[in-house]
Amino acid sequence: MKGQRYIREVKEPRRRVLGMSIAVAVVFFVLLSRLWYLQIIESGNLRELSENNRLRFVPVAASRGAILDRNGKVLVSNSPSFSVAVIPQDVKDKDALLNTLARYLNLDLAELQDKWEKGKGRAKFYPIIIASGITREQMEYLEENRLRLPGLDIEMKPIREYGNGQLAAHLLGYLGEISEEDLGKESYQSYNPGDYVGKSGIERSWENYLHGADGGRQIEVDARGRYLRTISETSPTIGNSIVLTIDRDLQKRAEQAFGDKAGAAVAMDVNSGEILAFVSNPGFDPSLFTGHMSSKQWQTYLEDKRHPLENKALKGQYPPGSTFKIITALAGLKEGLIDDTTSVVCKGSYTVGRDTFKCWDKKGHGVVNLKKALKESCDVYFYKLGERLGVDRIAAYAREFGLGSPMGIGLENERGGLIPTSEWKEKKYGKKWYRGETLPVSIGQGYVLMTPIQLAAMIAGVATDGTIYRPHLVKRVVDPDGRVMKEFSPEVLKKVALPPGLFQQVKEGLLAVVNEPHGTGAMARLYEVKVAGKSGTSQVVKMRDSKGNVPYQYRDHALFVAFAPYDKPEIAVAVVVEHGEHGGSAAAPIVGSILRAYFEGKGVIKAPISRSADEKNATEAPTDAVLPEKNGSEPVPGN
Amino acid sequence: MIDRRLFTNFDWTLFSLILIISSLGVFNIFSAAASYGVVTTPYFVKQIYWILAGLSLVIMVCSFDYHILEDVAFWFYGVVLFLLVVVLFFGKTSMGATRWLNLGLFSLQPSEPVKIVIVMAYARFFSRYPLPRGLTLRDLFYPALLLGGPALLIMKQPDLGTAILIVLIACSMLIYVGLRWTTVVTVVLATLPSVYLAWHHVLRDYQRNRILNFLDPERDPLKSGYHLIQSKIAVGSGGVTGKGYLQGTQAQLHFLPEQHTDFAFSVFAEEWGFLGCMVVLFLYMFLILWGLQIASRCNDRFGSLMAVGVTAMLFWHVVINMGMVIGLFPVVGVPLPFFSYGGTSMVTSMVGVGILLNISMRRFMF
Repeated sequence: MKGQRYIREVKEPRRRVLGMSIAVAVVFFVLLSRLWYLQIIESGNLRELSENNRLRFVPVAASRGAILDRNGKVLVSNSPSFSVAVIPQDVKDKDALLNTLARYLNLDLAELQDKWEKGKGRAKFYPIIIASGITREQMEYLEENRLRLPGLDIEMKPIREYGNGQLAAHLLGYLGEISEEDLGKESYQSYNPGDYVGKSGIERSWENYLHGADGGRQIEVDARGRYLRTISETSPTIGNSIVLTIDRDLQKRAEQAFGDKAGAAVAMDVNSGEILAFVSNPGFDPSLFTGHMSSKQWQTYLEDKRHPLENKALKGQYPPGSTFKIITALAGLKEGLIDDTTSVVCKGSYTVGRDTFKCWDKKGHGVVNLKKALKESCDVYFYKLGERLGVDRIAAYAREFGLGSPMGIGLENERGGLIPTSEWKEKKYGKKWYRGETLPVSIGQGYVLMTPIQLAAMIAGVATDGTIYRPHLVKRVVDPDGRVMKEFSPEVLKKVALPPGLFQQVKEGLLAVVNEPHGTGAMARLYEVKVAGKSGTSQVVKMRDSKGNVPYQYRDHALFVAFAPYDKPEIAVAVVVEHGEHGGSAAAPIVGSILRAYFEGKGVIKAPISRSADEKNATEAPTDAVLPEKNGSEPVPGN
Repeated sequence: MIDRRLFTNFDWTLFSLILIISSLGVFNIFSAAASYGVVTTPYFVKQIYWILAGLSLVIMVCSFDYHILEDVAFWFYGVVLFLLVVVLFFGKTSMGATRWLNLGLFSLQPSEPVKIVIVMAYARFFSRYPLPRGLTLRDLFYPALLLGGPALLIMKQPDLGTAILIVLIACSMLIYVGLRWTTVVTVVLATLPSVYLAWHHVLRDYQRNRILNFLDPERDPLKSGYHLIQSKIAVGSGGVTGKGYLQGTQAQLHFLPEQHTDFAFSVFAEEWGFLGCMVVLFLYMFLILWGLQIASRCNDRFGSLMAVGVTAMLFWHVVINMGMVIGLFPVVGVPLPFFSYGGTSMVTSMVGVGILLNISMRRFMF
């Protein structure tokens, strides 16, 4: 083929080149005419715009949507915040201006100068913010003296207001400046550096709905930078409100029930999956993140061994301990290995080969059937059952309950826990599963890990005889006009295929745990409502016989899961108290308090007058009142 | 192999034209970036480096007989198409678009070489295609495939500007080859519904907004519309003679977006006025007409098609960029060849000019 070239037919393309040349000339003539129009005919007008009058772009930040509880009570809203800025091109005497501001606002002059230097590289009409969060009096004073301080600018923007203090801090999350990494993502395409976005919790995971769209004004100002007229304006779009499934009052009571203990609680409507309370204790103050957090405060948070910044309800993964016996029991019943009459003798320990596995009660439980095994949490009964089931059959039932993977509650970074199988171990460690490892698994130790959300979903599944609704936190999204944009209806996540009779046998045991003598969950008992539950104590490290003072971080975790009312279940609660030592004594009372609060709220239990009155005065009155009119006349839906 | 005639036939006119435009560009970038404050290496110095690198590319591209390209055209095309696919999966994403491919030592933006490679592929295809009386619809089947693959991949990145450019380049070449009137009418009629589909399914929101804002700048005077308005003010306020070098208030006060890259010409227009713009416009028109002349004087079909394609590439860059700056077209990120700051654009344009010089100096060798 090489060298075989085609000599073109000369005439045609030559004519075409001529035609194309003419077309090119015409196009350039059009460009030139347009330049003529702009630079000669329109020149006067446009020059005036560029010289005498200055156009300025004033961004108007969109007000973020509010976050409300299930009854329309405000959890997070906005309030106006004033900041002081200077516009370099209008500043006549920089030193005098900064001096005055430093003196009046009581700020460090060096700090102001630093901010000035940093902002100077940008466009000269662009405001440099030198102080945020000034008081209304300061703002008014500066506004009055503005003429004497050319270059001064006062900006108002809405900031997040956490009217309930630390309430549900982990769940709600906090705001911060957008990170470099997020800026590169497609979902943050319309954001600019310096924008505030949700950094955790609902604020982050529902950012797209909450944010709204920034607007701005193109204004004309005179030579001293004073406003002349608005040329055009795009008003900001207020973000959408998020209505959570959370009940604010229940959330508050649940947090109070923890006191200064560290841990997590999840309370859930068993018939819909709606999460009513979502606690991670201790909390933190989310407003500190939006404003200026001192390094000392930051240090305090970091050094607290109870890890206040960690969302334990979302990211905490704990060995479920004896609460997992529910799964083992159901597996045994379905596989026909036990029934309610099957008895086992517990002598305080059980030996397989060379390994001896101890029951938590060294004296032993004697003759034990299923009900007693659950009630007194006998380990030997479940060792023997687990050994016969094998790890893979236990895992299969756990998966039926949706354990071992994230449940999709609608927050980023939800963990999935871990349900071990022989295949998993082979893959992970390249080693075979050996029989002795199954025994700890059957009592929720060993490799098993569950999140507080999963603990709640598991006990809810028992309450409903096997129907597990997807746990979720958002009830609906409401646009600024009050129209419902999205509504989340209950979704069945798992349907555990077991005959209701089997659930009944386990439930009877769980009822006994709370209500019968020798039950481990007596502290969760309510006299007005029948509660059924299961305690759990999970080992953090093997330090069995070191009696006495165990250091905090080595103490066992305490767990308790429960549902109520027994006959017609409505609510499921799971509580983990980190290093709380005993489920029955540390976690069960918290479960009891949460259940009490729930039934008081429903009017089933009469609230002691002193307490509720007290609470109303202390915490409820101020929060509902502060719906700032200016930024967000948020509708209060559902109420 | 090196013939003395090559030196005597070297196209000094074209070469000087490029040097003049590039130098004007450097002076203009100095002014446009003057307000950016102190940086380690100023933009205008970096631009000089790019020009020097570009000129050495020109010499490289001139050094071999361009007919070799006829044999490797489809290979080049294949490699670049492959890179476009790779970039979709492994490319670096920045500001929502995936355009760059990290090759360890350096980064590559495959959508740039596409412009040259599509010219080569078309030239190679039509150089051996018998065409008695203009292209029929059936003749367009393979050319459409050659264009469609890269165009869709680039749309997907998304890079609307480049996608539009390569379509325009290809169309220019088809016109040069010759189309029947019936073909033109059919294609136009078929395009209308696909434009409708593209509007609703292919274009991203921000791209749709840009087009809508162009049609009605008042619609969003703050973002896309803002650029348009500010650029128009800059150009218009220049008047007949301009505000003087380094005196453009729009530029020096940073009203202009990307004023050293895509909007470099509005800085120039503000500071040099209508007279200055006329000179630059004339230089570009001269460059384009000269390119067409090279095509016309070339004696083989491949060379003349290449010359037309490369010239079309430069032409559409100039028209789209200037049209954007003076408010005739929407804001799409297309630089002004040799004039805007930027290495990528400089490399592509210089390679194009290298090809033109190559064809021009070998026109008597056949």
